[in-house]
Amino acid sequence: MNKSSAAAAPASLYAAREDIYPRKVQGTFRRLKWAALIALLGIYYGAPWLRWDRGPEAPDQALLVDMPGRRAYFFSIEIWPQEVYYLTGLLILGAIGLFLVTAIAGRVWCGFTCPQTVWTDLFMWVERLIEGDRPARMALDRAPFSAAKALKKTAKHGAWLAISFVTGGAWIMYFTDAPTLMREFFVGASSPEVYGFTALFTATTYVLAGFAREQVCIYMCPWPRFQGAMFDEHSLIVTYEDWRGEPRGGAKHGQSFEGRGHCVDCGLCVQVCPTGVDIRKGQQMACIGCALCVDACNSIMPRFGLPGNLITYDSIANQAARMKGETPRVRWLRPRTIVYAAILLVVAAAMATALALRVRTEVHVIADRAPLFVRLSDGDVRNGYTVKILNMERADKEFRLAVAGVPGATLNVPGFTAEQADHAVLPVKGDSIGTFRVFVRTRPDRLGARARDIEFAATDAVSGRVYRRTNVFNGP
Amino acid sequence: MANVDKDTVTGTETTGHEWDGIKELNNPLPRWWLYVFYATIVWSIGYWVVYPSWPTFSTYAKGVLGYSSRAELEKDIAAARKAQEAQRAKIAAAGIADIVKDQDLLVFATAGGKAIFAENCQPCHGPGGAGRPGGYPVLADDDWIWGGSPEDILTSIRVGIRSGHKDARASEMPRFGDALKAAEIAAIADHLLAFAGQKPKSEAGAKLFAEQCVACHGEDAKGNKDLGAPNLADGIWLYGGTREAIVAQIANPRLGMMPAWESRLDPVALKMVAAYVYALGGGK
Ligand code: SF4
Ligand code: SF4
Repeated sequence: MNKSSAAAAPASLYAAREDIYPRKVQGTFRRLKWAALIALLGIYYGAPWLRWDRGPEAPDQALLVDMPGRRAYFFSIEIWPQEVYYLTGLLILGAIGLFLVTAIAGRVWCGFTCPQTVWTDLFMWVERLIEGDRPARMALDRAPFSAAKALKKTAKHGAWLAISFVTGGAWIMYFTDAPTLMREFFVGASSPEVYGFTALFTATTYVLAGFAREQVCIYMCPWPRFQGAMFDEHSLIVTYEDWRGEPRGGAKHGQSFEGRGHCVDCGLCVQVCPTGVDIRKGQQMACIGCALCVDACNSIMPRFGLPGNLITYDSIANQAARMKGETPRVRWLRPRTIVYAAILLVVAAAMATALALRVRTEVHVIADRAPLFVRLSDGDVRNGYTVKILNMERADKEFRLAVAGVPGATLNVPGFTAEQADHAVLPVKGDSIGTFRVFVRTRPDRLGARARDIEFAATDAVSGRVYRRTNVFNGP
Repeated sequence: MANVDKDTVTGTETTGHEWDGIKELNNPLPRWWLYVFYATIVWSIGYWVVYPSWPTFSTYAKGVLGYSSRAELEKDIAAARKAQEAQRAKIAAAGIADIVKDQDLLVFATAGGKAIFAENCQPCHGPGGAGRPGGYPVLADDDWIWGGSPEDILTSIRVGIRSGHKDARASEMPRFGDALKAAEIAAIADHLLAFAGQKPKSEAGAKLFAEQCVACHGEDAKGNKDLGAPNLADGIWLYGGTREAIVAQIANPRLGMMPAWESRLDPVALKMVAAYVYALGGGK
């Protein structure tokens, strides 16, 4: 931003994005970032291809959200629509996990694993491959239009679009059978939705990773706004040791650093930063904690025979300790890390327990509301119910349905019992819901009250497990 | 804005707005953000042209795409009809007795029948066939004046009751108020309540019942479905079960009426609604 011209005339209400040309850098954190990138992209592109045998009638994709079939498959776990709370649990785990990791190591999520970071990093790598490193790219953008420039730009955008397309396509694969999609997609046999969403995700990837980049982190993402609340002075964050670096200034090889700071003002830390931050100004919201500036400065320091980590991945408390010459100490166990970890463990344990104990059969009884009851010709009162048995296992099952709690009650399930029976045997196909009309009748004088609790008990014929549901039997 | 005010701490200029000594810094929006805003304006103009959005005096501007949600709905309905064709053809071909025995067909027929019932029958017979006092019978019980077999129900719906249809179900209850004395009618009423187990037997009533009522309602007062004579022994009373109501019905009978639905519903719909009514729990 040009401050002097701003003083002369009121600046526009709107500012153009300043171009950022991150410079190539090598070092520990860069290697870590590459490793994270390869692992995460590998998972993202590869996961839909994992197979999982669930028998002949179920899809054999390990990870699948089957929207039309209303099922989600996660390896051996099969989720029905009413069980989406497992997804909620997963989101809570994600949120608390994010809090914990932030309390320990600052914005590691932002700097290393956030999809925006990962894809932007990948796009920048392609950019560097085609257009060259920072000076070459700056020169290219300044250069007048030419065939060579057009060729490079086309190649870059072509490559970006190709990656975006693969990214968008891979997302669709989580929602449908991957090999089938692959086959149908290129012969034009997929549904308009598939093409539409692929186009949409291709476009968003292209725009967000190709153009929006750090603007997503600075302007669009809500996380930087409150992540500061998860830090404390013991969280590991990227900081500049200004007590050691200042006063800064240009330096020659072999010169003495007596009476001056260690920062040689080479500007490399700023040039490598993917969000254009000058970390020497202190903590800033735009810093995503990628630690590339640490790598950059660490490549400079040895040339001057200076100790490394002038910019460092360390806690504020340690910084203060170092400044005073005390031994720094990383404190992992702090109230907030303990609380976050405890919540994490509790939620994870609750989810694991719920999953382990979860029953793959559900019985619902819905009483008719109109009429509440009817009088029959022989004087009996009769109530109608709809009984739904959810058989979430893949095997066909049979349930023995009986009622209790209403004296003299008999039940009738048209099509499955004789007129008045003491129980009904109801078949429910695997992976489906059996819906039955159930009529229960008794003599009103035996009822003894206007309404009584009635208990439906469905017994799994094979396992013998009983599912009970209480409802109301109404009388005159 | 000749003199630009700068914030002393940050060096950022202010917008010149000040509240209680607090000044607003001028931190510009990114320009692309602004362009996105302009783009939405352009988009909205395109939208006005492409989709119907402007009212005119008597109608509305149709938009160059000619889109209308009603046309979309009609398309969807046509598609749904088409998807149902196979099942509807099966219902058209099958007899009502076969439909209620075939689980798949029954599920389809009752689902459709439920909607038809709600639209056409519910105003009188109540939701779920709960009936309404004053001559609208409960369809969820097992008391069927004209018979509760699937065929009987279908016929009743098709031709109606005293509907003017040539095959309409019709029964005539004489006006005993003209022929009998009030005391005699009261005796018959008492006798009927005795049949239903609601009163002790009455000698006089029994004699009068044998003379006047047996021909239609039978010796045991169980009624006759072929004649449409209701069962008087089951404690279920179409026009009310109090003594006064029964006396009134004998003296000056009210005779209910139901339209013939043959002229309003197609044969498949008739079968579907009959199947639904049968599944409500009737069917004697
Ligand atoms: S300042 Fe350093 S850690 Fe922060 S975003 Fe820039 S390079 Fe990454
Ligand atoms: S890379 Fe290190 S030496 Fe160079 S400007 Fe940044 S802090 Fe100073």
